[in-house]
Amino acid sequence: MPIASGARRAPKRVLPGFKLTLGFTLFYLSIIVLIPLSALVFKTFTLTWEQFVFAVSSPRVMAAYRLTFGASFVAAVVNAFFGLLIAWVLVRYTFPGKKLIDALVDLPFALPTAVAGISLTALLASNGWIGSLLEPHGIQLAFNRNGVVIALIFIGLPFVVRTVQPVLEDAEKELEEAATCLGATRWQTFRYVIFPTVAPALLTGFAMAFARAIGEYGSVIFIAGNMPMVSEITPLIIIGKLEQYDYAGATAVAVVLLVISFALLLVINALQAWQRK
Amino acid sequence: MNTPLSQTRPASPSSPQGDNASGPAKPVPRRSRANTPTSEPDWVKWSLISVALVFIFLFLILPLAAVFTEALRKGSDAFLEAFKEPDAWSAIRLTLITAAIAVPLNLVFGVAAAWAITKYEFRGKAFLTTLVDLPFSVSPVVAGLIYVLMFGAQGWFGPWLQAHDIKIVFAVPGIVLATIFVTFPFIARELIPLMQAQGTDEEQAAQVLGATGWQTFWHVTLPNIKWGLIYGVILCNARAMGEFGAVSVVSGHIRGQTNTMPLHVEILYNEYQSVAAFAVASLLALLALVTLVIKSLVEWQFEREMRAAAALPPERPLAL
Repeated sequence: MPIASGARRAPKRVLPGFKLTLGFTLFYLSIIVLIPLSALVFKTFTLTWEQFVFAVSSPRVMAAYRLTFGASFVAAVVNAFFGLLIAWVLVRYTFPGKKLIDALVDLPFALPTAVAGISLTALLASNGWIGSLLEPHGIQLAFNRNGVVIALIFIGLPFVVRTVQPVLEDAEKELEEAATCLGATRWQTFRYVIFPTVAPALLTGFAMAFARAIGEYGSVIFIAGNMPMVSEITPLIIIGKLEQYDYAGATAVAVVLLVISFALLLVINALQAWQRK
Repeated sequence: MNTPLSQTRPASPSSPQGDNASGPAKPVPRRSRANTPTSEPDWVKWSLISVALVFIFLFLILPLAAVFTEALRKGSDAFLEAFKEPDAWSAIRLTLITAAIAVPLNLVFGVAAAWAITKYEFRGKAFLTTLVDLPFSVSPVVAGLIYVLMFGAQGWFGPWLQAHDIKIVFAVPGIVLATIFVTFPFIARELIPLMQAQGTDEEQAAQVLGATGWQTFWHVTLPNIKWGLIYGVILCNARAMGEFGAVSVVSGHIRGQTNTMPLHVEILYNEYQSVAAFAVASLLALLALVTLVIKSLVEWQFEREMRAAAALPPERPLAL
């Protein structure tokens, strides 16, 4: 958030309610978010270092990290490409049904993840609309890693479109006209003029889709098949440990996930700051 | 995450129009330029549109359509059968109760946080804003886990709660708490950029004219932020009713007692009651569609007001 610069700083606290609103904000933030999150950290300290390392680096957990990060990365790359394409088409062209498509892009935000999960599974299973077409060709998209990637693509798509779209809308047409006047081809204009303008937003959208995919649970578990070492995602490891009453182990893996999420949050914040420049 | 309202398209009349694009598009482009040097050849344009539409068809439209066709696969009787089960009704009731508690609480928080962050200068403001956004970057499963660690049998308050016979985890309060956590930032993050852009001039004017703090809020601030508020509330509500991961960790999956609609869908699906699972899922999908419709209406209304405000003569004070 851009904070009002020193030049026209509002006189301090003319409006009433500062103590009330800030006090309530801090109180609510503490009881809902900060104290519970600190419970996670304190619980981890009940483990010795060896126990912690053992819990977060057993082969099954390592396989889950690899799947979670690999699939999230692939999904975010696919989303970056198609998200940019969709944003471009929505901003630059007119075609019938455009407003409908524009509204529909937010579907993954609005559709509960469990619904997305069972629906994608129904489509891609061997008797589904898409699965039955691909099965004869030996392509299986459900109940394996492909399914994980597809669910994560679904979940992440709006992040890229919605971060790139406003930037493309604000992009100055004059720059493109200048490039064209100077003899650039349309592709060169895109490559050297338009793309650098949207690149920070695209990267932000990519990071957001990636961050969301790492934590995603609901849509993935139905379609993944959840085979240990093969298609078991990290959040599911946490659930599995909880079901065996291994609270310490679950907490250790959760801390790893949390630290990575925070790191990504910082990256996203930095990217957004860069974007605003 | 979601584009804040304040960022949604400022009416830009410079979209290049193809030659056959004389549809009901809103502002008539002043320069209707077919194939100007800054637009692509038609074949490029239509191939890009086709690829985008195919992708959207495969990844968004087909899954949505599949929910309803799977629900009605065995006819409407089988569909309705799913709602004759008392467990389905208790799941629907619990989902509604959860949203009815979580959304208003986050609404009050969102307004208070946005007021504190945008109307005053204080140290650590940027950090506070980041903290408000924090729950978005926490995995839903971790969100559920933290409440188990706080209130579960082995948790911080576990023994005390047990001694006083209070159940939070594996009961309704835990579900509500987990839902509040995952929907925590929705309303605040819509309001903060909006109120930041509006500044404090109007509120200060109201103060000078002798309004009390509440009067200023109700009559000056609230009308200015109402669209952002509605926008945040419907998105918050959609997530609150649809949350799965966090709720799944704290629920304990007791049929008829601690199952929300998404959890009920999961149970039915895992019991191979596909039609019933998709029938309940279709209700949630309808909720998603209603959410999208309201969201689009709010965006269009907001744009219209922005345009109207921009069209005012410059010497008049702007409403937004």
